[in-house]
Amino acid sequence: MNAPVFIAGVGAISAIGNNVGECLAALEQEQAGMGEMMYLQSVHGKTLPVAEVKLNNEKLAQLLGLPAVISRTAMLSMMAAKEALHNAAIPGLTSLRTGFISANTVGGMDRTEKFFAEFLLDNKKGKLRDVLHHECGYITELVADYLGIRNYVSTISTACSSSANSIFYGARLIRNDILDVVVAGGTDALTKFTLNGFNTLMILDQEFCKPFDENRKGLNLGEGAGYVVLVSERVAATLQHAPACKLAGYCNANDAYHQTASSPDGTGSYLAMKGALERSGLEITDIDYINLHGTGTQNNDIAEGTAIKRLFGPLYPKMSSTKSYTGHTLGASGGLEAVFSALSIRERMIFPNLRLQTPMKDFPFIPETTLIKNVHVNNVLSNSFGFGGNCSSLIFSKT
Amino acid sequence: MKIYIRSTGNVSPQNTFGHPAFPAEPVEHFGNRLKCVEPDYKTFIDVKLIRRMSRIIKMGVAAAMECLQEAGVAVPDAIVTGTAYGCLDDTGIFLTKMVEQQEELLAPTAFIQSTHNTVGAQIALMLRCNGYNNVFVHRGFSFESALLDAMMLLKEGEVNNVLVGGVDETTNTSHAILSRFGLYKKQPVSNLNLFSEASKGTIAGEGAAFFLLANEASHNDYAQIDALTTFYKPANIKETAEQVSAFLAAQSLSPAAIDLIITGRNGDTTGDKVYRQLEQSVFNNIASVNYKNLCGEYPTAVAFAVWMAANIVKSGKVPAGLGFDGDKEKQIKKILIYNHSQNIHHSLLLISAC
Amino acid sequence: MDKLIQDLKVQIIAQLNLQDVKPEEIGDDQPLFVDGLGLDSIDALELIVLLQQQYKIKLSNAEDGPNVFRSVKTMAEYITEHQAQNS
Repeated sequence: MNAPVFIAGVGAISAIGNNVGECLAALEQEQAGMGEMMYLQSVHGKTLPVAEVKLNNEKLAQLLGLPAVISRTAMLSMMAAKEALHNAAIPGLTSLRTGFISANTVGGMDRTEKFFAEFLLDNKKGKLRDVLHHECGYITELVADYLGIRNYVSTISTACSSSANSIFYGARLIRNDILDVVVAGGTDALTKFTLNGFNTLMILDQEFCKPFDENRKGLNLGEGAGYVVLVSERVAATLQHAPACKLAGYCNANDAYHQTASSPDGTGSYLAMKGALERSGLEITDIDYINLHGTGTQNNDIAEGTAIKRLFGPLYPKMSSTKSYTGHTLGASGGLEAVFSALSIRERMIFPNLRLQTPMKDFPFIPETTLIKNVHVNNVLSNSFGFGGNCSSLIFSKT
Repeated sequence: MKIYIRSTGNVSPQNTFGHPAFPAEPVEHFGNRLKCVEPDYKTFIDVKLIRRMSRIIKMGVAAAMECLQEAGVAVPDAIVTGTAYGCLDDTGIFLTKMVEQQEELLAPTAFIQSTHNTVGAQIALMLRCNGYNNVFVHRGFSFESALLDAMMLLKEGEVNNVLVGGVDETTNTSHAILSRFGLYKKQPVSNLNLFSEASKGTIAGEGAAFFLLANEASHNDYAQIDALTTFYKPANIKETAEQVSAFLAAQSLSPAAIDLIITGRNGDTTGDKVYRQLEQSVFNNIASVNYKNLCGEYPTAVAFAVWMAANIVKSGKVPAGLGFDGDKEKQIKKILIYNHSQNIHHSLLLISAC
Repeated sequence: MDKLIQDLKVQIIAQLNLQDVKPEEIGDDQPLFVDGLGLDSIDALELIVLLQQQYKIKLSNAEDGPNVFRSVKTMAEYITEHQAQNS
């Protein structure tokens, strides 16, 4: 039950790159991905900056060799999951027990909302194929089928912590000897439903977001997908290239304070980080970098910061929010940020927190504002905190 | 390590809520949509919280509260939920307003309530439960995934109990859309006659069933969960039969050791063929009963079957009205639940007496 | 002002789905949040929508909420003031 679980491969697509290499280059060059809405059609197009993947649906479909009628959520997932598997290059994969655990928050809503416009006028109208893949789980199956994974397929949806939860559920399936290999992570495409939903909560910044800045005004929504390929020790030993890191710790805890707001003292966040540390057997001083949840909302950043102060104070690791690059990718964020955490270890880099001008006065620590290269990054803590008080933390460690 | 079903709570289209024993008379529904028999939610949920909750959230919370009350547990160590469709009503409301008002002047409540983890989150919030909380949203595997997660948590030894449930609803909108896919019976039918006519389509159902699982026995447990497996898109009936045989072999069980099979027959002639074929092979000579005439077809309906199985092994007898044609004197100690949805999601569960 | 206060009470009950509350049970000066009616941050957002839908007044800064929505009376005063400015 305590067997190590290794990261054999990574795959990603986001506003800053269509694959891991491009994302890494953008992270290094401090190139953020938010801007004026280009692909989604919304009345808020001119007022709300978003972080879209820079490929329209036709182009995505072409790259995948598929007809352009499937949900963008599925296509983003396919791009990243396919890259992760290819990156892992596992010999004899077809004879291994392989699973696909994905996550998303609104499934095929990008097509459902088109259907709904016609359906509302006449409930016999609207193309059924636009609503066929509405369910979160259907999106996962489109991708599992595309990848040829059949032994175990499932989907998790716990708002912004979804794909972090997928990753450690996948690890537990390996530890419980149910599977040998798990492609785990998540995806979400930008939709009017989500954009308008977040807008009603008044937590969207009309400028580019400034996580952990005293004058932050909210988040920018993004889209994308991020997956890691988890393998058992036995499978790791067969790989041509030794895995760069392993999943050393994980924990999910519930804030149980409010449906959308975090408790002021960050209870859920604190318990999640503490639990992940305990499982990893590491000390707080062993953590070299925290990839913050850091959405840029008033509420998250103060709650997360308070939890960090409680747990780490006064010895703080370096930290940053890469949502300052990719925006908040919701169901994809845990997976995408897991990939960035693994890159941080492999590349020996700590990515900066962009657009931080005025540090939050409540805290004695300041996230990194410039890229740091050629440093030992042995242990990374990655946070993902979602609505419903769902708080997850993952720890990745250099092997 | 054994896993016990300590208690249950079930809001369904039958009189299952507030009645730990199996209800005497089945509730008859006409048409192709079964609606839940709902309790007075105000006795379980504070008025201040209820005002924001849509139907599915109330169903889930009520079933969870009943389950915890029966076990005498105030706060479970972990909460795991399975729901394929999530909160459809809230989703529909927000979508409708978004379209009708062209993305202007929208109100937040329906959006907040529409997220799939709302049921699980609401339970945690009401109980101030800081423990592990997860939600699976995978079509016909949603409940089984939740169950597997719960069983792994108990095996990992870090929790002593887990509240696990399966929840799905039908709304006017969802029923209208799913009907267009040709899923349901076109001619009106009574659910109690679901299996006596041979035609295409099934009847829609809904429900919320929760269980408190524990890794230590108490003197009041319903049953044990011995094993669970799922398989996805089997190539043909041969593979399906092989999966069933492999499952039984892994438990060192011959088919003869099974006292009862609960099958997920749903009245659709095409889909039900799989059950017929298995009954002619691996399930040959084993008594079986169905459940979807009572609760209807929906992605997390297996939760109703588990409730049914737990009740049957607790009393040892199959209640009248289920069409049981086996030996009525025999004690039912081992039940195999087998369900498939659209020949895509197959699950096998072994429930036995404590 | 009295009619506005009365209308507001009815509208608030409808917007927030306060099923068991009658308009006459809400005091003009009764605190709406924390104590009194015990509303929360989601209700505050709903009230911002109410202000826009019924009175065409936009509260662009959510932080002004606690002051504007302190009681039905403060809401009525805010509306009266801003409607005078708009007309």
